[in-house]
Amino acid sequence: MLTIDRVSRRFGGVYANQDVTLEVAEGELRGIIGPNGAGKSTLFNLIAGHARPDSGAIRLKGRRIDRLPAHVRARLGIGIVFQGARTFAGMSLLENVMVGAHSRTRAGLVAAAVRPPSQRREERRIKSTAEECLERVGLLEWASRPADGLPLGQQRRLQVARALAGEPRLLLLDEPASGLRARERQDLAQLIRDLARSGVTVLLVEHDVGMVTSLSERITVLDLGRVIADGTPAEVTSDPAVVKAYLGTGADHAAHR
Amino acid sequence: MKELVTYLVSGIALGSSFALIGSGFVVVHRVTRVVNFAQGSIAVVGGMLSATLLGGRLPHGVAEPAAVAICGVVGLTVGFLALGRRGTPPLISLIVTLGVSMLISAAIIWLWGQDPVSPPGLDGSATLLGATVERQRLLVVGATVLAFAALALFFSRSYVGKALTASASNPFAARMVGIDVRRMGLLAFALAGMLGGLAGVLVAPTNAVSFYSDLPLALSGFAAAVFGGLVSPLRTLVGGLGLGIAGQLTAGYLNGSYQTEVALLLMLVIMIARSSTFVHEEAK
Repeated sequence: MLTIDRVSRRFGGVYANQDVTLEVAEGELRGIIGPNGAGKSTLFNLIAGHARPDSGAIRLKGRRIDRLPAHVRARLGIGIVFQGARTFAGMSLLENVMVGAHSRTRAGLVAAAVRPPSQRREERRIKSTAEECLERVGLLEWASRPADGLPLGQQRRLQVARALAGEPRLLLLDEPASGLRARERQDLAQLIRDLARSGVTVLLVEHDVGMVTSLSERITVLDLGRVIADGTPAEVTSDPAVVKAYLGTGADHAAHR
Repeated sequence: MKELVTYLVSGIALGSSFALIGSGFVVVHRVTRVVNFAQGSIAVVGGMLSATLLGGRLPHGVAEPAAVAICGVVGLTVGFLALGRRGTPPLISLIVTLGVSMLISAAIIWLWGQDPVSPPGLDGSATLLGATVERQRLLVVGATVLAFAALALFFSRSYVGKALTASASNPFAARMVGIDVRRMGLLAFALAGMLGGLAGVLVAPTNAVSFYSDLPLALSGFAAAVFGGLVSPLRTLVGGLGLGIAGQLTAGYLNGSYQTEVALLLMLVIMIARSSTFVHEEAK
C-alpha cells in the first residue's frame, strides 16, 4: 500500500528524516512512535505532501507520489487528521465535513456554477455522506453549529469525520489522542479500530505508547530521524535500542507496557 | 428636498459600483491574501467593452453580459500573472497586479483612445419623492442588489463556494482535503473580474469612463473593501454606499472636484479606525 524507500529530509544541516524505509501493507494499522524530535511529523508531512523529500521515494500502491502536490495526493486517497486546530472557521460542522468530501467530487467549476441536476444530486449525496461521517464520530446533533471555538476533543473528532468524508484508503493520524480525556481516548481508540477493520490503512503517530501498542499490529520506532526498530508491539518495547532512546523521556512507559 | 433625493439616489448608484468593485477586492483577498489593484482598470474595460459591443449592434441585454463575461476572462488572466508559481508571496502578487493594471490602461488607450466613453444606458427618467432620477441609476441599484444576493447564495449554498470559503479559512487544511487552492485563487480572480466589469458596465452610462478612471474607481472600491475588513462582502456594500453618498453630497453642496479627495479621506479614517482588526487578521 505505502512504500517509503530511503527517504531523507534535511532542515538546514540537520536531518529530520534520514534514510527512512518502511512498508505498510493494505489494511494494516501501523503505529509510529519515537521521542520528541524523532522526525514523526516530518515523515507525515512528506507523505501528505506538505513537504518534499530531498532524496528517496514514496509510493502509494506502486505509484510515486513524492513529487505530487498535496491536493492531488488527497485525491489519490490520503486523508490526514492533524494534532492542531485545522478545521475551517466560519463554517458549520456539517459544511466542514462536506468540504472534506471534495476529493470525491467530479463535477468541474462550470457545472458547479450552472448547477445542472447531476450537480444537485452530487451535492445531496455529499451532504448525506457528511451526515453519516458526523454520526460516526458522534457529532451529528451539533451539525449546524459553527466550527469556531470547538473544544479540543470535538475538534479532533470533527477532523476525523472530515477525513472520512474523503473516503481515504490511507489515513494519517498525527497524535490524535493528545489533550483528550481518558473517556475520549477510549472512544477514539474504538473508532480507529473500527476504521482499520473496515479496510482503511491507518498510520498512527502517538505519544501515548500504551494506546499505540494496544491498537497496532506493527510498530515502527523513529529516533533522531532514523528507523531504530520495527516489529510487533512486544518485540519493539523489549528492544534495547528503543528502551535506550526512551531513557529519560518515559523509559518506564515504554519498557513496562 | 428634491435636490437631496437626487443626490442620494446618484450617491447610492455610484456607491453600488464602488461596492461591486470592493467585493471583487474582498473575494480575491479572502482566498489569496492578495490585494488586486487591477480591479479598477477592469471596471473601465467593462464600460468600454459594453460601449463597443452596443456600437457593434449587439442589443441591450446581450452586450452588457458579454462585456461582464469578457471581464471575467481578463480577471482570470490577471490572476494567472499575479499568482505565478506556487508559493509566490502575496506582496509580490500585489506589485504584479499594479503592473498589469498599467498595462491594461495602455491597452485601453490603444484600443479606445484617450477620450471618455459613455455607452447608452437605460433611457428616460422616473419621479421619486418629487425628484427626477435617471432610470439607469435605479437599474444600477437593482443590478447590484441582485449581484450581491447571487454572491451570497454562491458562497453559502454551492459546493464550490464552500471550497472557496474553506481555502480562505485554512489553505493548509484545504489542500489536505484535496482542494487545489491555487485553482480556487484563479476562480476568485475571475469572479472579481466579473464584479469589476459589472461595476464598469453599470456606471459608464451615467459617469463616462476613460483610461484614467481606473485609480479613482480602484481607490473607492478599496476603501469600501477596507470598511468590510477586506473579508466581508456585506460590510463592503455598506461601505461602498456610504462612500458614494458622501461623495455625491460633497459634489452637490460643496464642489464636484472634491469627490476623490473625500473618498481618500474616508478611506484613511476607516483604515485608522479599523487598524486593530487588521492586526488581528495578521496575527491569525
